[in-house]
Amino acid sequence: MTTPAEVESTQAEPEEAATEERPWVTIVWNDPVNLMSYVTYVLQKIFGYSKEHATKLMLDVHNKGRAVVSSGSKEKVEGDVAKLHAAGLWATMQHDS
Amino acid sequence: MQDWTRDNDRLVTELEPNEAAVVRGLVGEIKDMLTARADQAPQDELAELTGMRAGPSTPPEESVLARLLPDFIRPERDSFEPEAESADTAGALRSLHEPELIEHKSGVAATVLDTCPERGGKVSLTEEQAESWLSALNDVRLALGTALGVSEEVPDEPPEDQLQREHYYVYQWLTWVQESLIQALSS
Repeated sequence: MTTPAEVESTQAEPEEAATEERPWVTIVWNDPVNLMSYVTYVLQKIFGYSKEHATKLMLDVHNKGRAVVSSGSKEKVEGDVAKLHAAGLWATMQHDS
Repeated sequence: MQDWTRDNDRLVTELEPNEAAVVRGLVGEIKDMLTARADQAPQDELAELTGMRAGPSTPPEESVLARLLPDFIRPERDSFEPEAESADTAGALRSLHEPELIEHKSGVAATVLDTCPERGGKVSLTEEQAESWLSALNDVRLALGTALGVSEEVPDEPPEDQLQREHYYVYQWLTWVQESLIQALSS
């Protein structure tokens, strides 16, 4: 099964161009199993964040239920989500608002 | 079992025979579940010709496997796409990434089975092997936690059912093992 390839418009409206540039974000969701120390450790390892920054993001996940942990192109964020899944974190991607 | 300690560049502990059996048994179970899931993947001629693997586009029905192999897109809210479209995207991303994820999780499980002595005793790991243990033990905790319905709201009380109670104590023990390994790796 397949879907038709998207035809790229050579005359994209400025608004459309802006939409295309809207970055993707990686979200980590709170879950009751992953340890706070483990989430912090994984964020440091995968993204190279400092202990302080990783701890702040972990606390956001814990207290607010979710945190944006990275952003960028669709491909980058897709790769980030894959790495977080490999580590067992509950992560998803979405277009930033 | 004692705490994990760092001995120069190695991570070291000692396991009782029953502890080694629990670790090997549960990690092996996860590996078998993942293998069974991979075997269900669609076989198509194009994939065989191109060598590009494609996984299934729908999440596992079983809750434990579904937790180990999550979707890339959360459909019900926080989505700007219409629901059907986001389900399509989630399916395509799963199909693309699931084989690699299963390979990774099976790989870390295999490392544990290779380095955990069958009858217990000293465990001595390189940092990379210790990372694999961390991932594999976390997968076991995710599986047990899902099966036990662990939640943050429910107080920590052992379940009534005998088998569930055993799983609960193993879960608590693995939490301690994992926490100790994180401390040793961070030191």
